Amino acid sequence: MAASEHTVLQFTPTQSSTSLSAKVHPLVIFNICDCYVRRPDQAERVIGTLLGSVLPDGTVDIRNSYAVPHNESSDQVALDIDYHHNMLLSLQKVNPKEVIVGWYSTGLGVTGGSALIHEFYSREVPNPIHLTVDTGFRNGEGTIKAYVSVNLSLGDRQLAAQFQEIPVDLRMVEAERVGFDILKTPMVDKIPSDLEGMEASMQRLLALIDDVYKYVDDVVEGHVASDSSIGRFISETVASLPKLSPSAFDKLVNDSLQDHLLLLYLSSITRTQLSLAEKLNTAAQIL
Amino acid sequence: MANNSGNMARSFLQVASTEEVAPSLRVVQIEGLVILKIIKHCKEFSPALVTGQLLGLDVGSVLEVTNCFPFPIREEDEEIEADGANYQLEMMRCLREVNVDNNTVGWYQSTLLGSFQTVELIETFMNYQENIRRCVCIIYDPSRSNQGVLALKALKLSDAFMELYRSNNFTGEKLRERNLSWVDIFEEIPIKVSNSALISAFMTELEADSPITQCDYDRLQLSTNPFMERNVEFLIECMDELSMEQQKFQFYYRNLSRQQAQQQAWLQKRRSENMARKAAGEDPLPEEDPSNPIFKPIPEPSRLDSFLITNQIANFCNQINGVSGQSFNRLYLMKALQDS
Repeated sequence: MAASEHTVLQFTPTQSSTSLSAKVHPLVIFNICDCYVRRPDQAERVIGTLLGSVLPDGTVDIRNSYAVPHNESSDQVALDIDYHHNMLLSLQKVNPKEVIVGWYSTGLGVTGGSALIHEFYSREVPNPIHLTVDTGFRNGEGTIKAYVSVNLSLGDRQLAAQFQEIPVDLRMVEAERVGFDILKTPMVDKIPSDLEGMEASMQRLLALIDDVYKYVDDVVEGHVASDSSIGRFISETVASLPKLSPSAFDKLVNDSLQDHLLLLYLSSITRTQLSLAEKLNTAAQIL
Repeated sequence: MANNSGNMARSFLQVASTEEVAPSLRVVQIEGLVILKIIKHCKEFSPALVTGQLLGLDVGSVLEVTNCFPFPIREEDEEIEADGANYQLEMMRCLREVNVDNNTVGWYQSTLLGSFQTVELIETFMNYQENIRRCVCIIYDPSRSNQGVLALKALKLSDAFMELYRSNNFTGEKLRERNLSWVDIFEEIPIKVSNSALISAFMTELEADSPITQCDYDRLQLSTNPFMERNVEFLIECMDELSMEQQKFQFYYRNLSRQQAQQQAWLQKRRSENMARKAAGEDPLPEEDPSNPIFKPIPEPSRLDSFLITNQIANFCNQINGVSGQSFNRLYLMKALQDS
């Protein structure tokens, strides 16, 4: 079933008969890329196991992954099963809720050898998900696709299994929390402190507000066709500001300001107390 | 004399005889992968405190952390000790097979609101330091990260403190000699983040189109009350502990001065006795009597605890300051928005 040069089967997303979809956490992508960079020289691609859980509404939540050493030649694929089980046991000691949900491989399409590996994984898990991460950027972008195996049968006879694509949802929330600036560039000199992060956030907010202003101006002057849904959204947002009289609002703000100033004062006193106490403790001399 | 051929050519003997001085650790370089792993592990088990091992390379003055793995939660059972060691060996072996750097460079742990300066931390450091020349501890605070700040710190014990700890001597005199105060216990090392090119390519592509991210939502949130409340609560508790420690010291000093007064009195009595004896022609009694309990030296309480507590309090104060600063920004921003 495998050819000497990789025949890449590219599937266009057809209507999936199952409502399965996959959610991928950014850590998985990082893991896969890291394993790919560290792969042994003779291997062209990296294969590994995906861990995660199945959510109650049927989506598969892929949270972690690890690479499994494998040997691939033109007509056979050998996977280190012991290693796979050992790693699984070790990782489950830490987090027993993460179970195998599938496997991944780097490279664009689904090759012949993948079918054998998929079969192996389907012995471990009823319906494994096969995730491909294109580290070669063959289509000009890094495509991440997920497949499940669907059995094609004619009447009662099983003909073949087909890899059918399912939608992938990349939940980048954690990566966003850390900040894409830190994760994007090859080298960041230091982690931004509180105030710098605050400044960056406020600048972004300002940019957003400017954009909205520009848009509204354009629409009013007729440069851009107006979209009523956007208009409604904007008016809702503006209306969601609570209506307070200026004096009440000032009082609110001033109260909060005073609370925070009080806390600052408290902490300054504490620090003074600390240095005093330390001097007393160590400077006392016995005659 | 041998250098007149230029600095480039040094004889082998010269190179072999110069002692290599390890450059001091200046920067910890962490990979984005490690940060994400630490965050994921700490967040999953918060508020329980979890630990894990850091792997990487020690290069010159930079400590590179390239991978990490979490430790399972340790039960209090004794027989699980061997399991823990087995787990570690197994993980390192498995990671070695996929070409991950097999070198332990430290450990990470999560903390709650920054109260991590404990004696256990110091002991763990000493344990690690015996085997590894340079190790670092990374502290991650998941509760602070809800405020939109990446609360990651790299810590190391300062050398002076380590020597003192080994000799287990924390009296006031020794500390004055070394000029060591509570700020000198832990050294914070700046963190650099590095990512491989492949990852940056992926992240650049996967970045969402809108410029505002979840991080910003967290930062611009107005309510910080729960966080501040807990911070102040912890601060109060620590102050109580600090005052207890100070009372211990006061007690010690009072005892010491009382003992000295007793010693003086006894000495006077002895001297007058000796005078009487000399007048009677007998041998004078010795002026010291080690069996007398008032001469027993009172042990000075160790100052380690008070130092640690002081450190914690300082940390809390810093956090309060930081959050207050942020809140000020937010309040003024809100005011400006409302006015306009």
